[in-house]
Amino acid sequence: MYDLAIIGAGVIGSALAYTLSAYDLRILLIEKENDVAMGASRANTALIHAGFDPLSESLMGQLNVEGMRRCYELCRELDVEHRNTGAMVLAFSKEEEETLEVLFQRGLANGCRGLEIISGQAAREKEPHLSGEVFAALWAPEAGVINPWEFTLAMAEVAVRNGAELRLNTEVTGLAREGTVWRIETGGEDRGIRARFLVNAAGVESDRIHNMAAPPAFQILPTRGQYYLLDRTVGPLVHSILFNTPTRAGKGVTVSPTIHDNFLIGPDSEIICDRTDTGVTRSALDEIARLARRIIPSLDVRASIRNFAGVRANSCHNDFFIDMAAEGFLDLAAIKSPGLTAAPAIARLARDLLEEAGLSMTKKEKWTGGRKVVRFKEIPEAERETFIRDHPLYGRVICRCEAITEGEIVAAMQREIPPVSVDRMKRRAGTGMGRCQGGFCGPRVLEIMARETGRDPLEIEEDGRGSYILTGRTKE
Amino acid sequence: MAMNPDYELVVIGGGPAGLGAAAAAYDAGLRRILLVERDLEAGGILNQCIHNGFGLHIFKEELTGPEYAGRIIDEIRERGIACLFDTMVLSLEDLGGVKRIGLMSMTEGYRHVTAATVVLAMGCRERTRGAIQTPGTRPSGILTAGTAQRYVNMEGYQVGRRVIILGSGDIGLIMARRMTLEGARVLACVEIMPYPGGLSRNIVQCLEDFGIPLLLSHTISRIEGRRRVEAVTVQKVGEDRRPIPGTEEVFEVDTVLLSVGLIPENELSRAAGIKMDPLTGGPYVFENLETSIPGIFACGNVLHVHDLVDHVTKESRRAGKAAAERVLGEKAGGDAPVIPLLPGPGMGYVLPQKIRKEDFEDSIRVFFRVREPRMTPGRILVRDGEKVILSARRPYMLPGEMDYVDLKPEILSAVTGDHLTLAVES
Ligand SMILES: Cc1cc2nc3c(=O)[nH]c(=O)nc-3n(C[C@H](O)[C@H](O)[C@H](O)COP(=O)(O)OP(=O)(O)OC[C@H]3O[C@@H](n4cnc5c(N)ncnc54)[C@H](O)[C@@H]3O)c2cc1C
Repeated sequence: MYDLAIIGAGVIGSALAYTLSAYDLRILLIEKENDVAMGASRANTALIHAGFDPLSESLMGQLNVEGMRRCYELCRELDVEHRNTGAMVLAFSKEEEETLEVLFQRGLANGCRGLEIISGQAAREKEPHLSGEVFAALWAPEAGVINPWEFTLAMAEVAVRNGAELRLNTEVTGLAREGTVWRIETGGEDRGIRARFLVNAAGVESDRIHNMAAPPAFQILPTRGQYYLLDRTVGPLVHSILFNTPTRAGKGVTVSPTIHDNFLIGPDSEIICDRTDTGVTRSALDEIARLARRIIPSLDVRASIRNFAGVRANSCHNDFFIDMAAEGFLDLAAIKSPGLTAAPAIARLARDLLEEAGLSMTKKEKWTGGRKVVRFKEIPEAERETFIRDHPLYGRVICRCEAITEGEIVAAMQREIPPVSVDRMKRRAGTGMGRCQGGFCGPRVLEIMARETGRDPLEIEEDGRGSYILTGRTKE
Repeated sequence: MAMNPDYELVVIGGGPAGLGAAAAAYDAGLRRILLVERDLEAGGILNQCIHNGFGLHIFKEELTGPEYAGRIIDEIRERGIACLFDTMVLSLEDLGGVKRIGLMSMTEGYRHVTAATVVLAMGCRERTRGAIQTPGTRPSGILTAGTAQRYVNMEGYQVGRRVIILGSGDIGLIMARRMTLEGARVLACVEIMPYPGGLSRNIVQCLEDFGIPLLLSHTISRIEGRRRVEAVTVQKVGEDRRPIPGTEEVFEVDTVLLSVGLIPENELSRAAGIKMDPLTGGPYVFENLETSIPGIFACGNVLHVHDLVDHVTKESRRAGKAAAERVLGEKAGGDAPVIPLLPGPGMGYVLPQKIRKEDFEDSIRVFFRVREPRMTPGRILVRDGEKVILSARRPYMLPGEMDYVDLKPEILSAVTGDHLTLAVES
């Protein structure tokens, strides 16, 4: 019997598990995929939003700035890759400039600091490749970029280290109230998992989970967004995050640097029927390239390394849906953008709501926070020689494009939540993130993972279950 | 330090290009040579090419990739040239004369060495799906032909049962045959251009002999599959290379091999500030294969993508010899007037891109690829201004087959204009 079960190990479920792991509670985090951060938290724009965009009266408006500040703190405490780049919203006309003023005022009300409306000229001084047509811009210095998988993983790791249980490959298929307890069906042999409190953090599936526990209250409108990842060889294209002026359709296509010094352009916005459809289409990619060139006319998508798509858990309410929807049942549902940024604030709010609902919160006597990751690239020149003498595995580069060493790969295998496939390693160590997309390092990563776990290389998969890489041994 | 660097020559890369350059530099008189290779052994891409067809020009017999590599590795051993394996070059800087190279390995750690000259021989990498932006899902079972080749030939694993190949580059063609021999079914090789990318002999020996259809002017317009590839849609393309609606055909496959081009690996060169030719993807070089930074030379696939290793070996010997001449002060280079060699109409690229006008002793070999195939006889023309100074007949011309002409000293000495052009006769 658990005090609390969280359904969904995206950034929201993981942030809550992290927050509550400080208390004397038996916590279970349930995830249907074979790793954390496999839904929206896997494929998104990876921005730490400053908080000028959401309406002040919405939950998004109330939680964005708090989440943003806490996000930076957590990135430092948990050694998560991030960079405070600042962001600009660009106006291409007088009319759009008026929208900047609205955003400026809204940002002030939401608690943003340092906002400034600057001229097109001043914007081009910050960003030399910016279109000459930019008329004015809203500068938001608090915005930044983050590694969203690492952020999710880091919080889940600390939760697990402090006693939370993570059950992967476990899909919740039904919920039933038995007296004062929830019984969770997972389709497996075990006759249901029991928990006193239940949290729905199932992302794009959150309406379905809600409907297992309470009368329908909202509907998810799965909204796909596609991207281009461009190689850094295109040169220093942009330093900060560049937005078109938002319209009713959303924030629109963005051009931003990534934490690995590559560039991300996207997303578009398309409501889809199949919530799991993260495919990309020619027409959407062409449109994204066109809109991005409006911002940076010289942008060349031939530097594309990868295309991908994520699915937003937008809802008919156009806001987060956070509510004690039934006894002992909390929805952290329809967490759309800026959900990644707001995650720590959503977790704080959830903590308060659960306490109010009767979950007793006593701090643990012993809780081990913090996290440290060795990244060869970040070791200063002067220290490399001694470091590698003491840790020789860091002297062998496996991923050439991103200069990731065997030491980093082996270290990722030894953490609280080890990677189970080549893609899971990519999201931890960064192998295969670069321009060759694992062409060189894939076979070696596979070999190291097999060696370290004692598994047959034939069993090591690319991504989720069933994504096998090798089909057998050759004849001789 | 400036006067006495650790090495006369550091060669970056231990594939055929690096090996050839090191041996030639030795034969030209250098002794303090270091060759650095990131893999555990020398040979580079040759080690995974277990098929025949290497060495016809150089060794006058048909060798497999590893056999060819073995021969040139022996040349290095016999000369006692120092090699570091399992060692990555992380940085290359020009300190105005002396070059500084950052090295790292498990055994020797992180350190720097200096050299009077450097030969770049880092090879190339394959273009990926991201580079060609194929729509659809992202399941497993999509890999470059070279990665597949490594799994199959070096690690002993099969990578698919029902295979389609996108692109008709040589590695893709060779893998079509290899996977068929391993029991896989290769359904087709799909090429977006109206002509194949690889060598004619590979089209015959790897596709035709096995009854594998080559679909020219076609592309994969969609990949499907949740976990592993399940199917692809193949479409005919128009002259704009866009898929033509209504021509869709679905192939049920579990594997897509990509053979859509090779890109010279010049991250180190760029970081060092060497000037690049967008047409080759490699550095601009002079007739002696010296880059825009004096004392840094380039050869093999890092310079331009070759389709025959014999050419790489010859080119690398020139680079090694030129590095030695630079160290031993036999060629001044430097101030001689420079004649640019430009690609004219019909030409994809030419190399070298620059010729120093000095006392020409030897012929200069000019490599090129034509831009479009031509199945009727035609001529390659070298012009000095309006004047044709060389005309070479070809029975046919294919972009997939690198070609060359030799400019003799007497032709070069007679040049009067300020540049030369190489073109296909219209
Ligand atoms: C295209 C796009 C761009 C975005 N850009 C940004 C941005 O730049 N900045 C920002 O702040 N936010 C951004 N967001 C929003 C942010 O990514 C999301 O708000 C956030 O990731 C949501 O986290 P989550 O945990 O609610 O959902 P998810 O990450 O989707 O997690 C839900 C988890 O629940 C699991 N699950 C579902 N059903 C079940 C079940 N029955 N049983 C067990 N497990 C189940 C899923 O497998 C999944 O792992 C973007 C979103 C998208 C899609």
